[in-house]
Amino acid sequence: MTKLKVNNRLVDTDAAPDTPLLWVLRDHLEMTGTKFGCGMALCGACTVHLDGAAVRSCVLPLSAVAGRAITTIEGLSSDRSHAVQKAWLEIDVPQCGYCQSGQIMSAAALLDRNPNPSDAEIDAAMSGNLCRCGTYPRIRKAIHRAAELQRAGGPQGADVRRGAGGGTVEAVRK
Amino acid sequence: MSRHPPELTRRRFLGTAAGAGGTVLLALTLPSFGGGQKPGARAASSQLNAWLTIGADNSITVIVDRSEMGQGVYTALPMLLVEELEISLDAVTVVAAPVGDAYVNVGNGGQVTGTSNSVQDAWEKLRLAGAQARTMLVAAAAGRWGVDPGLCHVRNGSIAGPAGKTVTYGDVAAAAAKLPVPKGVKLKPRSDFQMIGKPRLRTDSASKVDGSAEFGIDVKLPGLLYAALAQCPVLGGKVSALDSAAAEAMPGVRKVIVTDGGVVIVAEHFWQALSARNALKVTWDPGGNAHLDNAAIRAMLEAASGGQGLPARSDGDAVNVLKSAKRSLHSVYEVPLLAHAPMEPMNCTADVKPAACDLYVGTQVQQSAQAAAATAAGLNPAQVRVFTTLLGGGFGRRLEVDFIPAAVIASKAVGAPVKLIWTREDDMSHCTYRPPAREEVRGGLDAEGRLIAWSLHITSPSITARASPSTADPFDSVVEAALNCPYAVPNFALTYTRREIGIDVGYMRSVSHAPNCFVIESFMDELAAAAGKDPVEFRLGLLAAKPRHAHVLRTVAERAGWGLPKPGRHQGLAFMEGYSTRIAQVAEISVEAGQVKVHKITCVVDCGQMVNPRIVESQIESGIVFGLTAALWGEVTLAGGRVQQTNFNSYRLLRGNEMPELDVHLVESDAAPGGIGESAVPPVAPAICNAIFAATGKRLRALPIARSLAGALGKS
Repeated sequence: MTKLKVNNRLVDTDAAPDTPLLWVLRDHLEMTGTKFGCGMALCGACTVHLDGAAVRSCVLPLSAVAGRAITTIEGLSSDRSHAVQKAWLEIDVPQCGYCQSGQIMSAAALLDRNPNPSDAEIDAAMSGNLCRCGTYPRIRKAIHRAAELQRAGGPQGADVRRGAGGGTVEAVRK
Repeated sequence: MSRHPPELTRRRFLGTAAGAGGTVLLALTLPSFGGGQKPGARAASSQLNAWLTIGADNSITVIVDRSEMGQGVYTALPMLLVEELEISLDAVTVVAAPVGDAYVNVGNGGQVTGTSNSVQDAWEKLRLAGAQARTMLVAAAAGRWGVDPGLCHVRNGSIAGPAGKTVTYGDVAAAAAKLPVPKGVKLKPRSDFQMIGKPRLRTDSASKVDGSAEFGIDVKLPGLLYAALAQCPVLGGKVSALDSAAAEAMPGVRKVIVTDGGVVIVAEHFWQALSARNALKVTWDPGGNAHLDNAAIRAMLEAASGGQGLPARSDGDAVNVLKSAKRSLHSVYEVPLLAHAPMEPMNCTADVKPAACDLYVGTQVQQSAQAAAATAAGLNPAQVRVFTTLLGGGFGRRLEVDFIPAAVIASKAVGAPVKLIWTREDDMSHCTYRPPAREEVRGGLDAEGRLIAWSLHITSPSITARASPSTADPFDSVVEAALNCPYAVPNFALTYTRREIGIDVGYMRSVSHAPNCFVIESFMDELAAAAGKDPVEFRLGLLAAKPRHAHVLRTVAERAGWGLPKPGRHQGLAFMEGYSTRIAQVAEISVEAGQVKVHKITCVVDCGQMVNPRIVESQIESGIVFGLTAALWGEVTLAGGRVQQTNFNSYRLLRGNEMPELDVHLVESDAAPGGIGESAVPPVAPAICNAIFAATGKRLRALPIARSLAGALGKS
């Protein structure tokens, strides 16, 4: 058994110590917001925060993260209220959406350490996150917008998505 | 736009309900994960037609029969329906359609998401579905009140009658669903649109920013097992012998199965399956491709191109006019194999039971997925239910069903649901690649420098011959864009030689348009230079009878500051008509230290009536990024029948820090809707290559640019 602290919750897992954190999150803890894209830290789809820093969970063995604080997309906020999520919704960044958890986690880590990044600083921080749909221009806009929201303390009470015309999509479930 | 909308007949609706309605309703009552709403708690709902159910609690569900792969169908298609239903998009829950006759895309001949025609297919169908449902709801309310329906008005999900009477749609949905489908329902004129044509936020964004969006790879089922697949590294090879003892002894491994597609390892967790895969000792029979490489493929195409080819289009007498032209040019263009590389690797979850199979899959082809699963499970297609998840990118890769049978076979073998996941390396090395092509082109100019003759001979393997063997048309997948070449050339010949290369090739975003546009627009630039004419003026001279085309060209030239690039930079232009959309791009580049840097792409698009300009814009941006990756670096190479690219370190995708500035301009139009998912990809490569010619005098006639440019500059 390995003890992990995921999204401020202590969990035990019986996954083998060499299992990458990505698969512990996805298969063992059923937190599938963190995505598998390459398995080699080349695409950033698996980005999570480890003690506050953006890391690629696909190459981090469980043994290396025991006892450390892990934040996933599910833990960024409980209600899409993180400034980056709000900005993402306002700018309507996602297309297929598969890479977006990783993009958002990278952007959130960037804004934690640099509340007002320039385009060049955004490029440097985000170049490890691939998007095959090409949402890059909107990601850059959304990071600037998130920085604004963060500085302003975030708009209060406004559910951006519902207010501005989205519906909801339901997973096909059994 | 005078075509009368097709009537949604009762027979057609009942056909749907009988064939698939049970599945629809089942899907609606299944518990949801992470999406917020719990449909299990929802009141009973009534199905008004194949695309709409309304609950007694006034919950409104739109069933979308195209797969959401980023292009926005879960937003644009519901917008069409709610425009006529007179409700807010906010009020709608979107679910994926099951397999059903009503969900066939007429233009694609099946339940297929592809060829950028989802909006074109849905344009009248879904508005009519909304209008008919609204009429039925009003009739039910009027019936309840015993008044003339003409005295009732709808607003935002409610119906108001005389004397202050009101009901919600939900109140009368059950009664409305029993009424006959009305005939002759009129659709709103464009001037009355409240929803269509206005920028709206996507319905799927919320779930995509909090991790709750469910892609195929995310499916969770009780007792779910995981599988990895070992495939022959040589394309087309198969298992010859297997020693799986070590793998079977590894933790969590439940079963090892040899299939036609390779060796499947089923385990309790995916990492266990993947670890056990490394312990397999497989002897592969490489089949016929053990010596296949790029030089061999190139030689095959070149040798085959010596023949006459099959005539696809012939106007006038191109062959003889080319001989007598004042000036004639001759060039050969080449495009390489490409991989789709969607961010979500191929995966499929199957749950096979004694007389049924449930398939959870991100697919662009629900019927083919159903058929593939049925064959693998030994069932009838009707026994297979297909639950379409969100797609983590499609780009045509998910028009294939090659990743489905192994999951089904594994589930049947272990008697439990199995999720089979390909790794990135599996995906890269066993794609159905965009076919390579050799495109030989000739053009003839008269004494005034006018283009009077053109011949294009394309040699390439066929996609359709494999993917859709019953299709009679031998041309569509390879020459479609050239067939629709919009320039007025009196003598125009297009021929095609099919030459298979031993490996499967597939449809990739902007299928024939990217290779065709590359040769056509590059060669137009060659011809303009030979004629001593400006590339914009040269093209405009051939588009005199096509004002929408000419407007797009003029607008892109104006916005890009054509002829006035920033110091040290150079411009190139490309234009295309495809998917009923007209699009032009100007690339502004510089060449430094032997490498091209793309600074800016200006793009002007006339795609007819837009449903959601916000999504149109994002799709154009998306296509440009996809086009940049393909143009600059895209190339799959083979050695000994093995694909040499394995992951994103050897198959380079454009990154955010490499983005040029984009200026996208959408032309307002009330013409019939065109497609937008693919149209921005093709002009990118020729626009950049034409700019490189302006910068260096070097004409690049083969992609990718990085390789060709190095070769061209190395020779000088």
